[in-house]
Amino acid sequence: MNGTVLPPYATALGIDLDHDEDGNPVLFVDYSVRVAGRPGYLHGGAMSGLMEMAAIAALRAELDRRGEAMKLKPVNVQVEFMRGGTEQRTFAMGKVTRAGRRVALVNAECWQDDRSKPIALAQMKVLLSPAE
Amino acid sequence: MTEPKSLQDLPPDFVFDPARASKMMTRHGHGGWLGLTYHAHGPDWVELALPWREELIGVAETGVIASGPIISLMDNATSMSVWTLSGRFVPHATLDLRVDYMRAAVPGRTVIGHGECYKLTRTISFIRGIAHDGDPEDPVAHVIGTFMATHGAYL
Repeated sequence: MNGTVLPPYATALGIDLDHDEDGNPVLFVDYSVRVAGRPGYLHGGAMSGLMEMAAIAALRAELDRRGEAMKLKPVNVQVEFMRGGTEQRTFAMGKVTRAGRRVALVNAECWQDDRSKPIALAQMKVLLSPAE
Repeated sequence: MTEPKSLQDLPPDFVFDPARASKMMTRHGHGGWLGLTYHAHGPDWVELALPWREELIGVAETGVIASGPIISLMDNATSMSVWTLSGRFVPHATLDLRVDYMRAAVPGRTVIGHGECYKLTRTISFIRGIAHDGDPEDPVAHVIGTFMATHGAYL
């Protein structure tokens, strides 16, 4: 794995790279007060932030493989919360569903101790433009 | 008056006051880390403020704030608008949230999150809102979503 550069927001929140899965970076964040929502649970916004970072990282990895230098601009994101996140390590991985020349659709999944029971899903649309 | 330690400790007849509750809600956890503060409220809406700071940058080259903090801001503001309309604190969970990013927030500017509850049913609340960085007519984001009451009912 290379090329996954996380922005200040991600590092400040404690988001880091765990490993690479078929070319998609798996990111994680450990439970701390920084990501805490209602008592005992992970904040939905922190979960969304983690999934967005994973989605962008997956898209960057895909564009790197194609050798395309692109500027990314998020258009929108739809997040579905399926289970409450509890006080433990949380993972997220993005997967590029379709990346054309101008727009990309990326899905992301968020899970904790059981990979087969995702706690949230996100679908993100990103506008692509050639980097200067 | 002594402040309850957490919203979960409130008596059942407690009338939800967003100005007072935000002091509690924005002091701890993710909201506290983001630096969210109370801005204003009406019968069915709540506004929270998210001050810009370096730690929240999403694009290092431009200084533009990440989208994660905007989602959290809108999650919290819309969540509080539900309790404000309901008149009481009902534990609930975000079911879904869609965010449209109209433009990047200007680096250095505080982002205001305006969350509104436009419909309450017994167990589902429907919310929408905008985030702006000074001019509500020129928002940085639009959101729409739903919450579900996990213990008790909104009505």
